[in-house]
Amino acid sequence: MQKNIILAGVGGQGILSIAAVIDWAALNEGLEIRQAEVHGMSQRGGAVQSHLRIADHEIFADLIALGTADLILSVEPLEALRYLPYLAPDGHMATALEPFINMPGYPPMDELLAELRKSGRPVLVHAAEIAREAGSTRASNMVMLGAGAPFTGIAPEKLEAGIEALFGAKGREIVDINIRAFRKGLELSNT
Amino acid sequence: MIFTHSNRAPEGANQYRARMNRQLLLGAEAVAQGALDAGISGVYAYPGTPSTEITEYIQRSKAAREGGVRSSWSTNEKTAYEAALGMSYAGKRSLVCMKHVGLNVAADAFMNSAITGVNGGLVLAVADDPSMHSSQNEQDSRVYGRFAMGPVLEPASQQELYDSMLHAFELSEAMRLPVIVRITTRLSHSRAGVEQRTAVGQNPLHAEYAPERFVLMPHNARSQYRHLLDLQPTLEELSESSFLNRPVEGKGPVGVIAFGIGYNYTMEARVAHGLDCRVLKIGQYPLPRKMVNELFDACAEVLVVEEGYPVYEELFRGYFGSPKVRGRMDGALPRTGELTTDLLASALGVPLPETAAVPSMVVNRPPELCKGCGHRDMFDAINIAIGKHADHHVFSDIGCYTLGALPPYRAIHTCVDMGASITMAKGAADAGLRPAVCVIGDSTFAHSGMTGLLDAVNDRSPLTVVIADNDTTAMTGGQHSSASGSKLVRICLGLGVEEHHIRTIVPLRKNLEENIAVLGEEFAYEGVSIVIAKRDCLEKAAKEKRRTAATGK
Repeated sequence: MQKNIILAGVGGQGILSIAAVIDWAALNEGLEIRQAEVHGMSQRGGAVQSHLRIADHEIFADLIALGTADLILSVEPLEALRYLPYLAPDGHMATALEPFINMPGYPPMDELLAELRKSGRPVLVHAAEIAREAGSTRASNMVMLGAGAPFTGIAPEKLEAGIEALFGAKGREIVDINIRAFRKGLELSNT
Repeated sequence: MIFTHSNRAPEGANQYRARMNRQLLLGAEAVAQGALDAGISGVYAYPGTPSTEITEYIQRSKAAREGGVRSSWSTNEKTAYEAALGMSYAGKRSLVCMKHVGLNVAADAFMNSAITGVNGGLVLAVADDPSMHSSQNEQDSRVYGRFAMGPVLEPASQQELYDSMLHAFELSEAMRLPVIVRITTRLSHSRAGVEQRTAVGQNPLHAEYAPERFVLMPHNARSQYRHLLDLQPTLEELSESSFLNRPVEGKGPVGVIAFGIGYNYTMEARVAHGLDCRVLKIGQYPLPRKMVNELFDACAEVLVVEEGYPVYEELFRGYFGSPKVRGRMDGALPRTGELTTDLLASALGVPLPETAAVPSMVVNRPPELCKGCGHRDMFDAINIAIGKHADHHVFSDIGCYTLGALPPYRAIHTCVDMGASITMAKGAADAGLRPAVCVIGDSTFAHSGMTGLLDAVNDRSPLTVVIADNDTTAMTGGQHSSASGSKLVRICLGLGVEEHHIRTIVPLRKNLEENIAVLGEEFAYEGVSIVIAKRDCLEKAAKEKRRTAATGK
C-alpha cells in the first residue's frame, strides 16, 4: 500500500491540520509517513502545499514525483489546479469551491469550474457552507478531509480518531463540530 | 562510542519492519530531540528558516526544562556560536543552530573554533535553503565544513538525523572539534516517524586551563593549525566506518554517488523505475576515500548527486575535467535548485511521464503582509512622506517588512543581508543621496543594526532609520525579539543619537497625517534620526490569545 497526497491551499487556511490528522492516523496504523510542508515566507498569504506520503514499506523521498499523486486535496479551487502535473492518471481531486482572492488576475469562477471539471471527476465542495451547518466555518478544512477521506487509504473511523486526538485539548464542542464537518464531507464523496 | 557498521546495523529494505514506538517529527525536531537525548546543556540560536524549529522544539520540551537546558534566543548567530563555544569550554555539550546565511555572521567564531578545538561536544546544526524558498541565496554550508577542515554530517532521513546527533557529539568530543550537521529545507520541514533511544545524561562542569589551545596568539595558532592538519587522516578513517556512509549493491556501467538527501531521490527513482545501478550513500565528511575509489573503479560513469552546490562534483572533475563525472556541471542535473525524484530519474535515463500542464489561468500567488498589519500603515506613510522627492531610495532589511518591496507598496528598494539597511543608507548618504532612509525591524536591528548605527552617529551621517518595532521576530513565526519597545530608545540614546531625533509613531490609519509629518521632519534633518514605528504584530497577539485560551494563564 502506498498513497501520495498533495494538500493545497493558501498560507493560513489550515492545510497542516488536515495533514496532522492523516499523519496521526497513519502513525497509529504503523505505516511509514513522509510529510513535507512549507514554513517561512510563503505562509504569509502565499500558495502553500504539503506533500504527504504514506506506505506500508520504506519511503525514501519526501517529495511526490510528477504524475504519481493519488489525491490532490485543496481548500481553495485555484490552488487545486496549481498541482495538476502531480496528479496520477487514475488520481482523484477534491477541492473546496470558495475562492481566496488576494492577488490580481484571479480567473472568473465559471472558467475556473470548467477547468476543474476537465480533470476527471473532481469532488467539488461548498466547504464553508457545509462547515457552517456543522457548527463553524473554521471547520471547512475538516469538511475537505472528509471529502478526500475515501482516497487516503485510511479508514474514516481512524481519521475520526485522529480528529479526536488533535482537537481534544480544545474541548468536546470543538471536537464534535470537526467530526460533524468531517462526516458531512465524507457523505459527499460517498454519494 | 562512535557508531560504525559493526555496532549499529543500518536499516536496509530487508531489515525493515513497522515500528510502533515512534513519534512524528520534523527533521528540525529530530535534530532537537537527538540533541536533547545526547545530553546537551544548552542550545544557542537566532531564528532563520529552515532552522527555527530546532530551537523552538527545545524551548517547548518538558525534559529540557526539567534538565535546565538553556534555550532562549540569542541576539545573532555570532553571539550564539560564541556562547556555545563557551559552554563547550566549560565541559558541557552545546548545540548551536542557524540558517546557512547565519553562518556567514558566525563564520569568524566558527572558523577559529576549529583551530582552538572544543572540550564538551559542540555541534553546529546549519540549515541550507536550496531553491531559496525563504533566503537570499542557496550557499552550501559544506563549503564551510571544508574551509574549517572539520567533520560534517549530512543525514538523509529524519531517523538518521536523530541518530546522527549522538554520533555528532561523540565525534566532537573524540576529535575535540566542532561538528557540523548540515540539513536542507526538505529534510528540515518534512515529518516522519522517529524512534527514540535512551537519553544520556549531561556532562559535569569541567573547565580546563588550556591556553595553548584557546589563546590563539600566533605561536599557539600555528601549532593548533598543524594539529588540525594532522587530524585529517583520522577524520577520513572515521568516515570509512561511519554508519552514514555505505554502498548499495548494484550493477551496470553507471554508478551514483548520492550525498545527504540526494540519496532519497536516487533510491526513490531506483525503486520506482526498477533501476539497479550501484549507489554510494555519503552522509559523513571528509569523504571516505576508499569507498569513493571503489565506486569510481567499478563504473564507467558516475552521477554526482548533491543537494546544493556541486562541491564534490567539482573536485571529482578536477581542473582538467574527468569525462567520467556527470552531475550539475554538465547539465545531467540542473545547476541550481532542489533535487527531485523526477530530476534523478531523468538523469539516469528514464523518460519523464506525460503529465497535465498547469492551466494558464493559474496565476502566481506571492506572499503578502497580513491584513491589518502595522507595516502596511507604516509603508503608506513612508511612501507619501518620501514621494515628495522625485528620485528616492529606501534601503531595507530582512523580515516581514521585506514584503513592502512587492505591490501595492513597492516601498523599499534593497534587501541584502541582516543589518545592511542602515549601513547601505549611510554609504549612500556619504555619497550625497538625500534623503537617506532605511527601514529595519526591531529584531534585525538588535541582530546587526546597532553597530552600523554607531558608524552613522560617529560620522554624523544625514540618515533616517525607521525601526519597524512589532515586538517580535515575525517572519519566522513570532520568536522573542532581543530589543524592542523602550529598550530600543535606550539603545539609540546610548549609541549617541540625539534625544529629540528619536521619534515614535503608531502606524495606524487614523494617525496617517501625523505620521507623514513626523517622517517628513526627520527626512529633512541633516543628521542621524530614528523613527520607531511601534505596533505589535497581529500574529503574535493572536498566538498569545490562543496560548492563553489553551492554558488558562
